[in-house]
Amino acid sequence: MLDAKIPAGDLNSKWTSYKDHCKLVNPANKRKMEVIVIGTGLAGASAAAALGEMGYKVKAFCFQDSPRRAHSIAAQGGINAAKNYQNDGDSVFRLFYDTIKGGDYRSREANVHRLAEVSGNIIDQCVAQGVPFAREYGGLLSNRSFGGTQVQRTFYAAGQTGQQLLIGAYQALERQVALGNVKMYNRHEMLDVVIIDGKARGIIARNLVNGELERHAGHAVLLCSGGYGNVFYLSTNAMGSNVTAAWKAHKKGAYFSNPCFTQIHPTCIPVSGDHQSKLTLMSESLRNDGRIWVPTKQNDTRKASEIPEEERDYYLERRYPAFGNLVPRDVASRAAKERCDAGHGVGTSRQAVYLDYAAAIERYGNIEAGKKDMHNVDPAAIVSMGREVVKEKYGNLFDMYEKITGENPYELPMRIFPAVHYTMGGLWVDYELQTSITGLYSLGEANFSDHGANRLGASALMQGLADGYFVIPYTIGNYLADEIRNPTPSTDDAAFVQAEKEVADRINTLKNINGTQTVESFHKRLGKIMWDKCGMARNAEGLTKAIEQIRQLKEEFWRDVKIPGDINEMNWELDKANRVADFIELGELMCMDALDRKESCGGHFREEYQTEEGEALRDDADYMYVASWEYKGNHNWDLHKEPLEYEVVKPTQRSYK
Amino acid sequence: MNLTLKVWRQKNNKTKGSFETYQVRDISSEMSFLEMIDVLNESLVMDEKTPIAFDHDCREGICGSCAMYINGKPHGPWKGTTVCQLHMRAFKNGDTIVVEPWRANAFPVIKDLIVDRSAFDRIIQAGGYISVNTGNAVDGNAIAIDKYNADTSFAAAACIGCGACVAACKNSSAMLFVAAKVSHLALLPQGGPEKKTRSLNMITQMDREGFGACTNTGACEAACPKEISLTNIARLNLEYIGAGLTVDAG
Repeated sequence: MLDAKIPAGDLNSKWTSYKDHCKLVNPANKRKMEVIVIGTGLAGASAAAALGEMGYKVKAFCFQDSPRRAHSIAAQGGINAAKNYQNDGDSVFRLFYDTIKGGDYRSREANVHRLAEVSGNIIDQCVAQGVPFAREYGGLLSNRSFGGTQVQRTFYAAGQTGQQLLIGAYQALERQVALGNVKMYNRHEMLDVVIIDGKARGIIARNLVNGELERHAGHAVLLCSGGYGNVFYLSTNAMGSNVTAAWKAHKKGAYFSNPCFTQIHPTCIPVSGDHQSKLTLMSESLRNDGRIWVPTKQNDTRKASEIPEEERDYYLERRYPAFGNLVPRDVASRAAKERCDAGHGVGTSRQAVYLDYAAAIERYGNIEAGKKDMHNVDPAAIVSMGREVVKEKYGNLFDMYEKITGENPYELPMRIFPAVHYTMGGLWVDYELQTSITGLYSLGEANFSDHGANRLGASALMQGLADGYFVIPYTIGNYLADEIRNPTPSTDDAAFVQAEKEVADRINTLKNINGTQTVESFHKRLGKIMWDKCGMARNAEGLTKAIEQIRQLKEEFWRDVKIPGDINEMNWELDKANRVADFIELGELMCMDALDRKESCGGHFREEYQTEEGEALRDDADYMYVASWEYKGNHNWDLHKEPLEYEVVKPTQRSYK
Repeated sequence: MNLTLKVWRQKNNKTKGSFETYQVRDISSEMSFLEMIDVLNESLVMDEKTPIAFDHDCREGICGSCAMYINGKPHGPWKGTTVCQLHMRAFKNGDTIVVEPWRANAFPVIKDLIVDRSAFDRIIQAGGYISVNTGNAVDGNAIAIDKYNADTSFAAAACIGCGACVAACKNSSAMLFVAAKVSHLALLPQGGPEKKTRSLNMITQMDREGFGACTNTGACEAACPKEISLTNIARLNLEYIGAGLTVDAG
């Protein structure tokens, strides 16, 4: 039975009470405790830095050439915090409530409330580190709106918020490296977790420069390895983002929760051809000012500029007047798909909708004219002034769009379409962020805990930093306090020898297949199966078929994959083969989970379960649980259900109308 | 379009490298430059050859992984653009394109187009941070920061650490990289207490890593994909000289 270890007491006092009563490790003992951190994104870098500052000995690993390159760096729009600086009625409770509702009532109240409680501390900490958030002329912090909320609580640094937050965490991490508290292992990939006497005690890592396998021992292991969106091949994730660390832990006994909960982001640059290697996000912040529309007529091939106002369907504003263009991501994505499926898509592929800035440019231009007390202004001058304002707010995003598409978004509406962006599912963790393996923790996107079936914008950065800076420093002590008598295990222990052998055998097997098809070709095929049958809309027939196809793909992969080069050298194809092999297995589990969940909620939309208006139809009586899967061998998993109990919020049908 | 590529191939840091010539066919102008290399690599794998190793990750111009000269220019012909954002519209049918790794002593080649940029991490370790432990912060709005300074600080903090500035510099100087970090932190009141030691220690580390000195030619600024301003180097010089004159010798 899964025990989430939620502290007793009322919701407001749980975290305070936990902190007041958890065990502590004294400074002399902290120096003797070693913690291994996998991944250096916001969760990993902040955890490694914070634990180093506390005096623990930390070993941090990343597969990139520097910890600063982790994919958190690409987050654009912002980070939420319940500061109420805008005096618009925000509070810890409202942030908590919006996040629970946004997640379609499939996340834990206690975890989410804690997240909202520490959100303000994150902003303070980042400011102290020198994160240059956007400011108003008075020198105070600026905010903007994001989807699924009616207050302005998003802090930002132009369209590069993730970069600035990660650089802050990276610098804090490098400071600990300089002080000797953290040892950094760049270009290393974790390929297994080592378990001794039922506790995570180390890892096997591959040095990606020379191919050597290394054993690293510690008192605890933190997996901060990000999400698994690349199972779809095309996603907004970085090319190297992968599930391998989490998947290895899963196969060693860590439960994997809600794998089918994936987030399809509504505003990405559409696919342009078969060569496409990844998709690029256009920040949700663009929906603050942009208006989304399609032609009212089906199969309308006219240019956007030739379609008069009365023949444009601003379908989000029409369907959801209360939230308009700022409905949550799952709702906006499905609405775009619905319009395109109904024949209203635009662009050569007809798989796109318009995101139009003309109205915003005019509005801002008029405001500027008003500020300068200008009257009877030439419309061209209004547009010019408006463009300057838009450029200051979103300039880098507009530039990026132009580089990729070759079109000028100040003149033409942008074409956008939904794309895989984030995965709410992940390793099961309890309130302390510990997985079902003792001593193995998971932080940030790699765990499942805070976003339910749909994540609200600007909440991923908040969760990554909350877990790393403000949660794990307390909860890990509660475990390590009982480990102070145990020295770091020897890497000659039989468990290390065995784990290394298994990793080496797998690499040898892969390399010796000597087949005829590239790793990339398998990854593309997996991605197509997943996108077609386990993407924005799913049904029992498609999922059943997908499971069958993925099983065949797995068999074919292990019989016919072709990997060039040698094992004992830098070999990106081999690294990728290792990752794709794990994605294939994960894909099967995602489809099983999606098939098993006979309801629609958040990003999981089962076509069989929808309201008359085409909205997601939840089944709280039968599915208000966390689906946690235990690996039992090839194609075989056991399902464990952790019931979700709502003590404060009363689940209702989510409405953004 | 059909293109000829001349690409630097080097097995590892112990062997000598050389240029290899490849023909690529039916390249779409919609592809990114890296997607064009993906196509070439797929065909190399099928021909039992070793694909070209190159650093890349986010492919959105923000992680700073990708790094290569294209026809002698860091990140290629487009201004303010990383190579992952460069698209094949920049080239025409029949072009010959020369692709090389960063050339700088402080960035030794690991394999093909991949170099070791860990020197940048060590420069940050020398002082590219504000020493504030987690949990010590005052309220974010307790420190009002002049918007101009906040914006200028942000513009410097936009550096992605790709190393194009070093690659563009005839002296292989890392001054723009160091200057961006020193400016980012010196322009904020939070960075004030450590500003003297920061600039001195980061410059010392830069020299120790084998980067050259700055002669103000401005090639770094021209090549920078994030268009980090040369003004930051002036600010670094001011900080450095001021610190050298006033810091306690102890």
